Amino acid sequence: MIELIDVKKVFNQGKPNEFVAIDGVSLFIEANHVTVFKGPSGSGKTTLLSLIGAMARPTSGRIKVMEREITSLPERFLTEVRRKVFGFIFQQFNLVRGVSVLENVMLPAYPLEEGYASLKKRAMGLLDLFGVVNKAPSKVEWLSGGEAQRVAIARALINNPSVIIADEPTGNLDSKLSQEFMDTLGRLKEDRRTILISSHDPIVHESPIAEKVILVRDGRVVDT
Amino acid sequence: MKNWIERQKKIIDFTLSSLLRRKGKNGALILVYTLVVFLLASVMFFVQALKREASLVLKGAPEMIVQRVVVGRNDSIPLDYADRIKEIRGVASVKGRLWGYYYDPVTGANYTFMVPEESPPEKGRITIGKGVSRARFIDEEDEMEFRAFDGVIFNLTVGQVFSSESELISSDLVLVSEDDFRRLFGTGKDRATDLVLRIRNPRELSVIAQKIAELLPDTRVILREEILRTYDMVFNWRGGLTVVILFGGLMAFAILAWDKASGLSAEERREIGILKAIGWETSDVILMKFWEGTAISLSSFFVGILLAYVHVFFLSGALFEPVLKGWAVLYPKYKLVPFISAYQLGTLFFLTVVPYTVATIVPSWRAATIDPDSVMRG
Amino acid sequence: MRRANLFLIFLALGLILVSLMFLHACFREKAALPSLREREDMVRRLGLTDLCLFTEASYTRHPTRADRHTPFQDYPMSPDYFPSGSILAPPEMVKR
Repeated sequence: MIELIDVKKVFNQGKPNEFVAIDGVSLFIEANHVTVFKGPSGSGKTTLLSLIGAMARPTSGRIKVMEREITSLPERFLTEVRRKVFGFIFQQFNLVRGVSVLENVMLPAYPLEEGYASLKKRAMGLLDLFGVVNKAPSKVEWLSGGEAQRVAIARALINNPSVIIADEPTGNLDSKLSQEFMDTLGRLKEDRRTILISSHDPIVHESPIAEKVILVRDGRVVDT
Repeated sequence: MKNWIERQKKIIDFTLSSLLRRKGKNGALILVYTLVVFLLASVMFFVQALKREASLVLKGAPEMIVQRVVVGRNDSIPLDYADRIKEIRGVASVKGRLWGYYYDPVTGANYTFMVPEESPPEKGRITIGKGVSRARFIDEEDEMEFRAFDGVIFNLTVGQVFSSESELISSDLVLVSEDDFRRLFGTGKDRATDLVLRIRNPRELSVIAQKIAELLPDTRVILREEILRTYDMVFNWRGGLTVVILFGGLMAFAILAWDKASGLSAEERREIGILKAIGWETSDVILMKFWEGTAISLSSFFVGILLAYVHVFFLSGALFEPVLKGWAVLYPKYKLVPFISAYQLGTLFFLTVVPYTVATIVPSWRAATIDPDSVMRG
Repeated sequence: MRRANLFLIFLALGLILVSLMFLHACFREKAALPSLREREDMVRRLGLTDLCLFTEASYTRHPTRADRHTPFQDYPMSPDYFPSGSILAPPEMVKR
């Protein structure tokens, strides 16, 4: 479903602080599977996810999403792919401060032409699904860690993406919430979605839900 | 089309939520902005209306006036100059005119005394402007005391008071008979304040003016077109107070725009990163910034000019009165005829709304184009 | 009500009011024609040359007839005595 062909990512190329984050990675990620990227911090997991998720372009190499090459797509189409195919859950959640929970969830779909009413209905439905619907009008600063996590998931799902990418999702959660998170992901997988997670948390990569674990070290895939 | 509108509306929703986060700062911004627009528009409306009034009303001014200049100052003109001018070809008529200023120590006001050409008041009676009536609390059939040039005091009776509608031209006038004028000011029977000419062919005005200048080198000629042009230039952009207001206004805008243009805060940058990460295109972000700038500037613009209109045309520019009145005791009461042009407002729009909106968009451009993965890396 | 709708209504209202403003100006201008004509007539009859705005001094009351000397009072660079002198530009003739 997602294919990486000898992908390299170099930051600050040509400058004295040049840093090779991804050093020639070739991968194939299967659809409807939960794939976990495991590895120490600084190994390039996050960079890998952002490359897969069309958030950044590789310095060299090719990336294909659903048979379609996205490496050299103009920005506009790349964003379209990102929006339609991927849903992101960031480590820091990255919810917009000062704005309500509901609006945060609807935000990814704002630039689209869908009507406000139907969008709102869908957003409320998602919030309900994750049990935070009563927090809909609250500002995100007032949420607890677990609630914020669930809002972040709801937001990732608003455009009904086929791939969910979660970057260190349990980094800020206790064990109980981490477990809950994995259960939620399991449910999403039932929904016929592809899930990619990066984590060094054992709860994640030792979970029965993780079907494939890929070890990443120093910008390379070590074993599968 | 409907979808496009829906898209705009959703982005406006977020823009407004975003602005409402800092209610205090944005509220103050709108207030200052509105104030500046209000001031600029008020000055604009006021000046335009006055200029228009002058250009329409002073069309009836005399074609040509001849004054005598002595030691750089205006002096009375001998009436035999009139006889000499009458001989110039093309001059239809020459009439001596009597007018001058009278300082009233009781009120501290200056009145303009005049002997009108047509039907002057009979001896002993005067016609006064509404301003004079107000200053001295006198009305028809009341008597007014005047002190002549030789110290003698005598009374004149008010026959008529000019209408309040004509205050802009008549407020300080005192029309008097020729005898009374000469008695009051001591102007000799062989002299007048200046001469008013009527010319047969208007195309010969400058030629005749030239001839008069040659014939009588100690005179100065004033043409009607110069009169009209003077008032066109009154409140000139370069004139004193108008410049201060304009400059102050534009400075305020520059400050507002600079605050916006001097770059985004780290928080704003992060937010744009988040938007891009969740799927907003660069153009969506720019659109949002556009609405952000427009929301503030357009709202302030509308409110500002509406308030200015009410201020100038319903309240007669009340805020300007102390400035315009200055040290004068007598100030006319008038209601300006509204005269506004789309051109004026368009200029104001381009000077205020456009720069601010641009200043909001431009610094965001760079932030909007970066790859969102920097957000991923926290 | 949805914020965007409120805002757009506000803008629409602004536009309507501004249009009304123009209409009002037009209407008032037409209605004022007779009194404007009356004033013009008066100017013609009495041979007036200036609007009666600034009655502080001769050269502010009659800027069109001011002599070259008065605006400069005692010496060419002397400051304006009167506030309105700072508003009026020097008349055309003085500049020649």
